[in-house]
Amino acid sequence: MVPEAEFSSYYGRPVIKEPVWKAPDVAGYLFFGGLAGASSVLAVGAQLSGYSKLARVGKIGALGAISVSAAALVHDLGRPERFVNMLRVFKPSSPMSVGSWLLAGYGPMAGAAAVSEVTGILPRVGRAATLGAGLLGPGVATYTAALICDTAVPAWHEGYREMPYVFAGSAASAAGGLGLLAVHPADAEPARNLAVLGAAVELIAKRQLLDRLARPGEQSLAEPYQTGTTGAILRLAEFLTAGALAGAVLGRTSRTVSALSGAALVAASAMTRFGIFEAGLASARDPRYTIVAQRRRRGEE
Amino acid sequence: MTVDPAGRAGYLDHPARMGFFTDTSICIGCKACEVACKEWNAVPEDGLALSGMSYDNTVGLGASTWRHVAFIEQPVTAVAPSSPAQPAPSSALEGVRWLMASDVCKHCTESACLDVCPTGALFRTEFGTVVVQDDVCNGCGYCVPACPFGVIDRREEDGQAHKCTLCYDRLGAGMEPACAKACPTESIQFGPLDELRERAALRVADLQAAGQEKAQLYLEDPADGIGGGGAFFLLLDEPEVYGLPPDPVVTTRDLPEMWRHVAIAAAGLAATAVALGLARRK
Repeated sequence: MVPEAEFSSYYGRPVIKEPVWKAPDVAGYLFFGGLAGASSVLAVGAQLSGYSKLARVGKIGALGAISVSAAALVHDLGRPERFVNMLRVFKPSSPMSVGSWLLAGYGPMAGAAAVSEVTGILPRVGRAATLGAGLLGPGVATYTAALICDTAVPAWHEGYREMPYVFAGSAASAAGGLGLLAVHPADAEPARNLAVLGAAVELIAKRQLLDRLARPGEQSLAEPYQTGTTGAILRLAEFLTAGALAGAVLGRTSRTVSALSGAALVAASAMTRFGIFEAGLASARDPRYTIVAQRRRRGEE
Repeated sequence: MTVDPAGRAGYLDHPARMGFFTDTSICIGCKACEVACKEWNAVPEDGLALSGMSYDNTVGLGASTWRHVAFIEQPVTAVAPSSPAQPAPSSALEGVRWLMASDVCKHCTESACLDVCPTGALFRTEFGTVVVQDDVCNGCGYCVPACPFGVIDRREEDGQAHKCTLCYDRLGAGMEPACAKACPTESIQFGPLDELRERAALRVADLQAAGQEKAQLYLEDPADGIGGGGAFFLLLDEPEVYGLPPDPVVTTRDLPEMWRHVAIAAAGLAATAVALGLARRK
């Protein structure tokens, strides 16, 4: 058993400040934003390949998810009435600025796509909007990884190389899962394919993330992801994802199994985002995660 | 990396970069800096409880604390005969070294809070300092976890981010910041950054020659992880003892690579749409 690294701190106080973001709002947005972006991707693929029922689910799902997202983001602001100030400037050095502009473009397109689908009005505009939302959707689903990693929060920042793939995979599996839940498996092949691919990418990327963060002996940044309630939630999410992946493939003729798999994928995606969020907060709170890693880096120079 | 952040921000004809050199070796822990700062800037009261952390009941920097005096009591085992920098302890405080330091926003050359602010509320002034515009900030809170020193925070009462302005209003009138003016020992020194760096180099050399082996400058070096601080310090022990990060690096340094991975992941998702679309329904 390797002893814990020794370090000093100022009365055990945190060195950095943990995010002031509330979990239901921001972790919820990570989930809903990813679901929206990937649903738009699914909608384009389904529409182009003739799966019209699935395309409809994708478009409506995207609009619903992005509406919840917008409400959550505005609600989390300290001065919600000033949300428009997000569009005062465009700053590539700020993932939140880039994301705000992405959402400003994506939201109306997702809205137009869904409204046109449901009402039947302006079908050509609807088709163009579907395509546009499908083009911006991947950005919406992945920029949030840069957002949380571009901070001093140790468990997030050190994971910046893998996080975008975790988020893309998680979003894809959630969108595919929604399709499997809402549509009969015979009409949901693109959703199944997206779900399987997304789940696989998410599982592999998450494993690589934790392998990179884990260092033998000294303060491992994988700890916040693996210990306590957060660790339990993330492990359960991994189990659900793997099980649902199998269920989606093996049970593809059964409506029940497909729907259960779909629901499990959606739930697992949400749990993963909340788990990653809480792990970050925990790593910010305990000074050891900041101090030990930095002392090690200083010693290596 | 640049030591002229104001020039880089677009100011054509700007004054010399101004900053703080806080020499903690002569701090007497009077907290006049905390009081002067709050009075001048009308910063609200943010807690009157006793913390049990020596004489530090302020606890840390925050949205309503822009100068924070830290107190660290360290037991000293062997006592060497006195040198000017190490007087023999009095009988009442046998074997205790008491470190006191006034902490403040570092006004980093490479400033993470400034980089991540999505509204442009945080901006670089002509003096090279970093300031929040109170009429623009919408309280998104992104600056809070971005700061490697845990300086800036969101104030509950008004939902906005606040931090030290290096008394921007006083600088504009040719005056020194309130904390520097109030400091009775000139532990807080204010002036052009170049001058302060020269002075600090001489001071730390003196202390080391007098036997203070751990005396060190912190955030003085433009080659460090934040490009050097507009406010830098002379410490008598490791930074983490004072609650400061040992090797802070601005998060923005890794952002280009982050965007690269985001682009690849997004492209992968987009390519999936194409692949799904190509598999025509049987």
